[in-house]
Amino acid sequence: MRPKTKRKIGMTFVGWFVALLVAFPIFWMTLAAFKTEIGAVATPPELFFWPTLENFAEVRSRADYPVFAMNSIVISVTATFFAIVIALPAAYAMAFHPSRHTKDLLLWMLSTKMMPAIGVLLPIYLAYRELHLLDTVSGLIIIYILMNLPIVAWMIYSFFRDVPKEILEASRIDGAKPWQQVTMLLVPLALPGIASTALLSIILCWNEAFWSINLTATQARPLTAFIASFSSPEGLFWAKLSAASLLAIAPIVVLGFMTQRQLVRGLTFGAVK
Amino acid sequence: MANVEVKNVRKAFASVEVIKGVDLTVKEREFVVFVGPSGCGKSTLLRMIAGLEEISSGDVLIDGVRVNDVPPDARGLAMVFQSYALYPHMTVADNMGFALRLAGVHKEERRTKVLAAAKILQLEPLLDRKPGQLSGGQRQRVAIGRAIVRNPKVFLFDEPLSNLDAALRVQMRVELAKLHRDLKATMIYVTHDQVEAMTMADRIVVLSAGLVEQVGSPLELYNRPRNKFVAGFIGSPTMNFVEVKAMATSAQGVTVQLPGGAALTVPVASANVSVGDALTLGVRPDHLKVGASGAVAGSVMVVERLGGLTYLYVQLTPSQLIIVHAAGNSPVKVSDVVNVELEARLAHLFRSDGVALAHLEGDGPPA
Repeated sequence: MRPKTKRKIGMTFVGWFVALLVAFPIFWMTLAAFKTEIGAVATPPELFFWPTLENFAEVRSRADYPVFAMNSIVISVTATFFAIVIALPAAYAMAFHPSRHTKDLLLWMLSTKMMPAIGVLLPIYLAYRELHLLDTVSGLIIIYILMNLPIVAWMIYSFFRDVPKEILEASRIDGAKPWQQVTMLLVPLALPGIASTALLSIILCWNEAFWSINLTATQARPLTAFIASFSSPEGLFWAKLSAASLLAIAPIVVLGFMTQRQLVRGLTFGAVK
Repeated sequence: MANVEVKNVRKAFASVEVIKGVDLTVKEREFVVFVGPSGCGKSTLLRMIAGLEEISSGDVLIDGVRVNDVPPDARGLAMVFQSYALYPHMTVADNMGFALRLAGVHKEERRTKVLAAAKILQLEPLLDRKPGQLSGGQRQRVAIGRAIVRNPKVFLFDEPLSNLDAALRVQMRVELAKLHRDLKATMIYVTHDQVEAMTMADRIVVLSAGLVEQVGSPLELYNRPRNKFVAGFIGSPTMNFVEVKAMATSAQGVTVQLPGGAALTVPVASANVSVGDALTLGVRPDHLKVGASGAVAGSVMVVERLGGLTYLYVQLTPSQLIIVHAAGNSPVKVSDVVNVELEARLAHLFRSDGVALAHLEGDGPPA
């Protein structure tokens, strides 16, 4: 065997191993969701069993899934929309009219993501209480906009940087004002990139658990809080928890699967240039 | 149509000054070419006129109105970029009509104006295509069409032909010259290619290191370069430069000793020259010919045959190679020793600081 072929086989093996390692918990959770409570905690674990839907029925009867799902959709999509609307002019300014401090500003924006969220839980909780934003959909939307803005602005900034600046100069001579340059040229030209950014932002919002659990009680709970409600003080019910989790992640997994090409393109952008 | 005035304009990026005080007037309907080596500031100067670059000091006037603080679109100009800078997601028609759309011109009127411009450039069959579906030459046409649609007072071109292949470049050069005549427009054109400058310009502005070296018609620059830089930059192949020493000065000119010992009296003003001064003799290859009575001699190193004419590279001294123009069917071969004739009237003398000595009245190459 030629060394090149050998290496290819080796890399394929490593790739599959990592992929299986990452996918295994989800696979195991899916299995558990269709087991009985006893089957789910059996040792040695059962790989072959008679599947049941009773967990899903139980979960549906204990909580109103569509309400949680609707909250998740409204919160993720709205927060993503506003994060992009706010990031567009910022990215435009930083990409095409940079100042001496633009680099520092970009780094500072990203550095806010390095701070553990729990460090600001108390002030935000108190501020939300004063502003009557606790347990409201708008409260979660606001925190998600702030949470995703750095990464959204960074990504859009890098997509804008890819647009030749002569095109904007030509448009300035043609009479395009800055907002027209953004809406008529940059947004259509960077649309694939903006779409990947939106997808990533929706996924991040959908999966966010810390703020959604701490800032909501009954009204504004998204699907992450729905899952959490099944880890009850009376003890863990693995099968039901798995069923609830499966219901919570199903929409976003389907979305991610359908748009994986777009996502990979967006996430590896800049790395392969 | 309009005139453009540039008054003591300077431009500095951080602490680096790239335009060091330029004065210039572009007259109405004139085709002016800025030419110079890369980094000489010619594009920056054009961009300052366009309003894409801030002016550090000095004034730019269009039709007598100071436009330093007027945004690009309000200056009444159109610009064609080297990279074409078309809007990739719009059709050719939308590209050309973009400025009108921004100005709120009605759809019907927009269509009429785009069609009129497309007709001039034979772009009608391409109007519904996107820039990605066009060849380089077609894209350049669209970029020019986009400029025409705006009916500007002044057209600005920033190296518009640099990305085209040689044959297309020649064709577009002819078309641009024709366009200038048909539109009766004021045009400012930037290039590093002196052939483009010579063939298209009414007047050429030679720039070097942020300063204007000389302004004049193509033949003025060719025949009466003000300094060694302009002499070397204009004309192809480049002018031959030979280091010489002044032997005598008189009312008839300056006498110098050529390599090989012969003397040559060049009819130039001798007032600022003393015997013994180091000078540079400049002679164009076209003004040299192989002949028995030649004042200098050397062996032929390289023969370049271009068909209609031949260039001979003649080694006068171990360190001195000159190019000589010869007929297309010249029998000269490599290693032949040839005598080279040069006419004193057509030669130039430059001082050691590069400044040309003025030709005496009525003498020298025609100005």
